[in-house]
Amino acid sequence: MSDLNKVMIEKYRTSFLREVEANVEEGEWVKMCMQCGVCAGSCPLGKHWDHPPQEIFMMIRAGKRDEVLTSDSMWMCTSCYNCIARCPRGLPITHIMHGLAVYSKRLGLAPQKQPTAEFSQIFWDNLMKKGRVNELKLGLSLYFKDGFGQGVKNAMANQKLGQNMMKAKRMNPMEFFGGHGVKDTSGLQKMIKKAQEIEDAKVQGKG
Amino acid sequence: MADEKKFAGYICTGCGIGDRLDASQLEMIATREGKMQSCKQHEMLCSAEGVQMIRDDIADVGATHIMIAACSRRAKVEAFNFTDVAMSRANLREGVIWVRPDAPEHQETTQEMADDYIRMACAEVKYMTKPSGSSEQQLNRNILVVGGGITGMTAAIEAATAGYPVHLVEKTGALGGHAANYYKSIPTRSPYADPQDTGVEKMIADIEANDLITVYLNSSITKTDGAPGRFSVDLATESGSTTNLSIGAIIQATGFNLYDPSNLSQFNYANSADIITNEEMEKLAKEANGGPIKRPSDGKPVTAVAFVQNVGQNSKADGQLPYHNGIGDLIAIKQALYLKELNGDDCDTTIFFDNLRTPGAAGEDFYRSGQQKMVTFTKGNVGEVVPGSTLEVKFKDLILNEDTSMQADLVVLDVGMVPNTGPDPYAQLAYEETEDEVEKAKLKAELDVAPPSILNLDYRQGTDLPHLRYGFTDSHFICFPYETRRTGIYAAGPQRRPMDMRQAADDAAGAAMKAIQAAENAGQGRAAHPRVGDLSYPSFRKEGCTQCKRCTVECPFGAINEDEQKYPQFNEARCRRCGTCMGACPVRVISFENYSIDTVGQQLKNVDMPEEFDEKPRILVLACENDAYPALDQASMNGTEINPWARIIPVRCLGSVSLSWITDALNSGYDGIVLMGCQKGDDYQCHFVRGSAIAHERMSKVGDTLQSLNLEPERVEVYEVAITDVTRAPKLINDMAETVERIGLSPFKF
Repeated sequence: MSDLNKVMIEKYRTSFLREVEANVEEGEWVKMCMQCGVCAGSCPLGKHWDHPPQEIFMMIRAGKRDEVLTSDSMWMCTSCYNCIARCPRGLPITHIMHGLAVYSKRLGLAPQKQPTAEFSQIFWDNLMKKGRVNELKLGLSLYFKDGFGQGVKNAMANQKLGQNMMKAKRMNPMEFFGGHGVKDTSGLQKMIKKAQEIEDAKVQGKG
Repeated sequence: MADEKKFAGYICTGCGIGDRLDASQLEMIATREGKMQSCKQHEMLCSAEGVQMIRDDIADVGATHIMIAACSRRAKVEAFNFTDVAMSRANLREGVIWVRPDAPEHQETTQEMADDYIRMACAEVKYMTKPSGSSEQQLNRNILVVGGGITGMTAAIEAATAGYPVHLVEKTGALGGHAANYYKSIPTRSPYADPQDTGVEKMIADIEANDLITVYLNSSITKTDGAPGRFSVDLATESGSTTNLSIGAIIQATGFNLYDPSNLSQFNYANSADIITNEEMEKLAKEANGGPIKRPSDGKPVTAVAFVQNVGQNSKADGQLPYHNGIGDLIAIKQALYLKELNGDDCDTTIFFDNLRTPGAAGEDFYRSGQQKMVTFTKGNVGEVVPGSTLEVKFKDLILNEDTSMQADLVVLDVGMVPNTGPDPYAQLAYEETEDEVEKAKLKAELDVAPPSILNLDYRQGTDLPHLRYGFTDSHFICFPYETRRTGIYAAGPQRRPMDMRQAADDAAGAAMKAIQAAENAGQGRAAHPRVGDLSYPSFRKEGCTQCKRCTVECPFGAINEDEQKYPQFNEARCRRCGTCMGACPVRVISFENYSIDTVGQQLKNVDMPEEFDEKPRILVLACENDAYPALDQASMNGTEINPWARIIPVRCLGSVSLSWITDALNSGYDGIVLMGCQKGDDYQCHFVRGSAIAHERMSKVGDTLQSLNLEPERVEVYEVAITDVTRAPKLINDMAETVERIGLSPFKF
């Protein structure tokens, strides 16, 4: 259990809903859900979720803190925005899902080896290096995330696709060596670091 | 001079009538066959000039009976409004030219149709007299309001504001009813976010300060006699003194009682002081007097409250209410919100619902406001409330699909409203008439637990307002919500259907207006809804009456009493002029001045009946003037064709149709008869409530008549037609024409 998680449990002993409101992006909307289930019915990936959004909101209100934060449901969101478009109460459901995912990761409760969570981390690390996404390296790190042997297998399986992309000039093999970036990489990194510090302080109630 | 009859006919040639029809032939028929002493044509009879021509004839020539052949009797009623003569209308526009194609090959049958409508209108007016109004009439402006709750107080204030003296009777020792114990009410004003003051104290003060309102506390009604404009009401107080009041019209606003949840053992209402009903919650809040609400058992401030919704309502189970009161969820939100206000934001309020209903203007906004202020809404079924120092609410979470529980120090049960009405006057009648033993025992059991009478009406048909279902008073909730089946007595508030204070106040204002109208109409001898302003009333020929009592039993409005010799005793002001008594009378002695067995019977007899080899059938259509006839008018405006063999006669209500008309029509050679009334049953649309149902019952016996005449049963059809049946109504007539074609002409043509 992360230290922050301990702090949070202490702080919001009675109301997980209040914790979500204070710390999760758009969390103050959770209480406005009227349990109609339109979001659950609208989600194209709904059947792969353990708990559709409506159920997650209900669990938050019922104080099921661990079940919600360790759930992989909100990680399944593909940001298609169907639920936002359809919610009769106007809840920004997609954003709440991402907010919950971020919060659970921050607390160290996000499920291990969750593919979307892993991809998000790889994407973030890739982006932070140069300030721009290096697609070649992003693809490679995704292939090799489960070890060298699996990586070679993945690469071979997608060989044809890679060649075609190079032919069509959609992918540049030279990107492997350094690759392009923003003008002031270290400035960007400093800026992001500072932002993270501010946010951490805020979540821990020191801001 | 006064009793000399002068008949005058008028034929309008406007709107294409003159182009399509031979007006001079119509004029000849009116004078030669219809025996009009004069007949004039005008190219636009409804114009100021045309109307003046008729007025001049009435004033100068002394015309007493006029026949106007123009458009439907439902059109141009303002222009053709001659109250000082008897008048009939031949429907040449909607009835003939608009429903027949304009082509040479149809010319002959179209003209025949028009000719017949002239004959019919002439025959009708010959048997009419100008209604002279009832001698019963008096103007009595006193309004009696029964019940001193929100509904009754609003009705009293509204009627008094309009200048009418009000007598307000309340059975308890104080005004205010249930609402007097309420801490707050559901918001009625934007932004619908917070509970608001009930305003009851101010209403009571207003009533006490109003000189036009006399309040009778601790009083009940021991006898109500008479009719609108001359009700005689005996009041008895608890102390034993009695008062007699003379009243113009009555508003019953006796409200509701709360359902008693004691028998629902799973909620343990009887086993803990901390398990209370929603109304007890109001009292608790009111007693808190602005401080924190305290638990009834130990007086500690409440910190966690569970609201259990839909207790004993909307359920088919025995001893529970089969309907939902609709406002229980708004009440729970209101109470949760004032708990947060009085006991602090930390006070945990959870509402257990299955289907959350928040109707009305406030509804959705108020629900949002509850959510905004952290009221917890849990979709779950509460299976049990376990009593103890803290209460355990066991429930099934319907979203998470699990059995779980929560701890609360107060549980509020959302119980429903039970109408506070008198016994159903027809329950006794049904019991007496039932022959089935099982059914009889069931009805007897119901009679035994019937509530005491409220109005104690001295009517042939029972002591109180008739019920529709579940004890709610009968009223037509779409078309005329305040009208009951007892003229001049209006029902308002939760005795009509479950409702909140705001709706009850609206209802009361409506009923007050209707009561004023009824008193004023009675003062002029005019009918109440739906034949508002009709001055005619039923009378009967005593020599012919066989005292069979059918009219006194069948009158949908209980207007007819019986005297000592069992002759009918008509109370004109109670009468709605539907003519159901006329249709009921087997010896045909009941009639109105402007509507009788003859005014219709002579119409159908005066239709020119073609001989058999002409192969021109005749179909008689008797159409209810409230729904079926307007539907046919509308169809004609849409250009729908109606078969040229049809002859349509509007009737006041299908209930007024006498079997003698059917027999006469069949004997004179009609090939088919179509009867069109309104929808009957629990969701009736009949303007006279029971008229259509009674007619259907009577007509079910018409088969015997047909059999005795050796005629096919499909020659007579009875239909329920709504005003919206614009395509169906003409089709039913055209279907009959096809039937006649199939089975052949009637053998009764001479």
